[in-house]
Amino acid sequence: MTPVKTLPVTRQTREIARQRFYLVEVLIGLGITAGHFFRNMGLWVTGRKGAVTYQWPEERRPLATRLRGLHRLVRREDGSPRCVACMMCETVCPAHCIYIVAAEHPNPEIEKYPERFDIDVGKCIFCGYCVEACPEDAIRMDTGILEFSAYSREGMIYSKEVLLALEAAGQDGLPTVAPPPSLWRKGLD
Amino acid sequence: MSTAIDLGVAFAKVAFIMGFVLNLGGLLTWVERKQSAVMQDRVGANRASVYGLRLIGLFHPLADAIKMLTKEDFMPARAERALFLAAPFVSVFFALSGFATIPFGDVLRVGGREISLQAVQLDAGILYVFAMLSMGVYGVMLAGWASANNYALLGGQRAAALMISAEIAIGASIMGVCMVYGSLDLQEIARGQGAYWGGVIPKWGILSQPLGFVLFLTAGIASTKRIPFDFPEGESEIIGYFVEYSGMKFGMFMMADFLETVVIAGMTTALFLGGWQVPWLLADGLHVPGGLVWTLPHLAVVALQVAAFVFKVCAMCWFLLLIRWTLPRFRYDQAMRLGWLALLPLSILNIVLTAGVLLL
Repeated sequence: MTPVKTLPVTRQTREIARQRFYLVEVLIGLGITAGHFFRNMGLWVTGRKGAVTYQWPEERRPLATRLRGLHRLVRREDGSPRCVACMMCETVCPAHCIYIVAAEHPNPEIEKYPERFDIDVGKCIFCGYCVEACPEDAIRMDTGILEFSAYSREGMIYSKEVLLALEAAGQDGLPTVAPPPSLWRKGLD
Repeated sequence: MSTAIDLGVAFAKVAFIMGFVLNLGGLLTWVERKQSAVMQDRVGANRASVYGLRLIGLFHPLADAIKMLTKEDFMPARAERALFLAAPFVSVFFALSGFATIPFGDVLRVGGREISLQAVQLDAGILYVFAMLSMGVYGVMLAGWASANNYALLGGQRAAALMISAEIAIGASIMGVCMVYGSLDLQEIARGQGAYWGGVIPKWGILSQPLGFVLFLTAGIASTKRIPFDFPEGESEIIGYFVEYSGMKFGMFMMADFLETVVIAGMTTALFLGGWQVPWLLADGLHVPGGLVWTLPHLAVVALQVAAFVFKVCAMCWFLLLIRWTLPRFRYDQAMRLGWLALLPLSILNIVLTAGVLLL
């Protein structure tokens, strides 16, 4: 049997002894939590915000101005889509979420227009390549809309009409139009 | 006639205590959410609303009650029916009745009567509270046994082991208080804390028995079965004695925990924080050291005492919740070691030290 060695009282053993005693450490911990409690209560009582969380949806976290939100189709002055159905965005899209059906435009100066322009935002990865690729600046992701949802996969497919109706976000980055309603629900009505 | 009035007085006192404890217990569910949120830089539950009125989340206890009452009341097929049904009631009953001997004020003199502001006057009031606290564990053990579930049984066993190790430490740690104030009657102990050292420092239990206070508080938290001693529940490992309970039966176990918190807060107040004593408030008014005397009518003095008691209990509840939201859970063996190898010897040491000081 080897004799038990007595450890020298180093800083480490003193530290361990202090922690084993619990009470000091418990008081330090209570000091930290109570400090947070009183600081935050002081803020609340004086009418300021004592929390780091955001009360969505009443309160929205400030977002970057270049944030890529829900897409929209830019309109011409007459309200028709600026899109010329060149298929650049559909081609560049890594998620294959854009579906375009091109048609002949009545105006001879404009070659084509999209008869259908669907974006499946359920597939979209919000990379913004479509915006970069567009030669006509016809698609943008500046609506600031993040709160779009649906009850089905089909509901996540937004048509040309829905995308045309969206507007750019305001100066504060907040959406100026409501997010598109769930199409699945509409189908039920 | 006189008996009728006596009965009425007794009823009023019981009603006050019941109303106070039940409301505080219910409110603590809200306080727990909000206080933990504020401690963690959050806002806390605030979504329950009545016609758009949110009232900083005060409707959440109400919403909880509605949810629990309307939930499916499930019982395992192989459960011991009678015991399974009785367990939550046993838990809540003993948690509720524990507050009976805790005094919430001195003697109230109205219409030639002397009413001691205490629901039940017992010479051994402390022992009664402990009896009720330790009986409370029977509810938990019954639940663990009757559920026909191994995890529930484990939880019940843990609760029993915790209760034994905590209860002995509680009993031994308050011996010092009983020796200093020379009584087992909580009203007498509260009166005894109205004395002063040098006419200035109130002779509260926390000052005359600092070690006893720490030991009692630790063991008291253990007996409420809440974090850091919540291994009977052990949410992350066994879910514990109420794993098979749902709906309001589960709610009653939760209630029992909160009520026990209130009882421990009341006990701490009565034993260590001067009970209903307001510093320098004597029977005829406020005597500020230095000779300043502010005479107060009897009713105002009593009202101040009751208010002081309520304030102290609420502050103590706040402190207990602060501990609950600060410390992580002890492991089962750690808590056992703490109970038997630290709390018990230290409380015996406390008795010896107190006896030595008193003899001098």
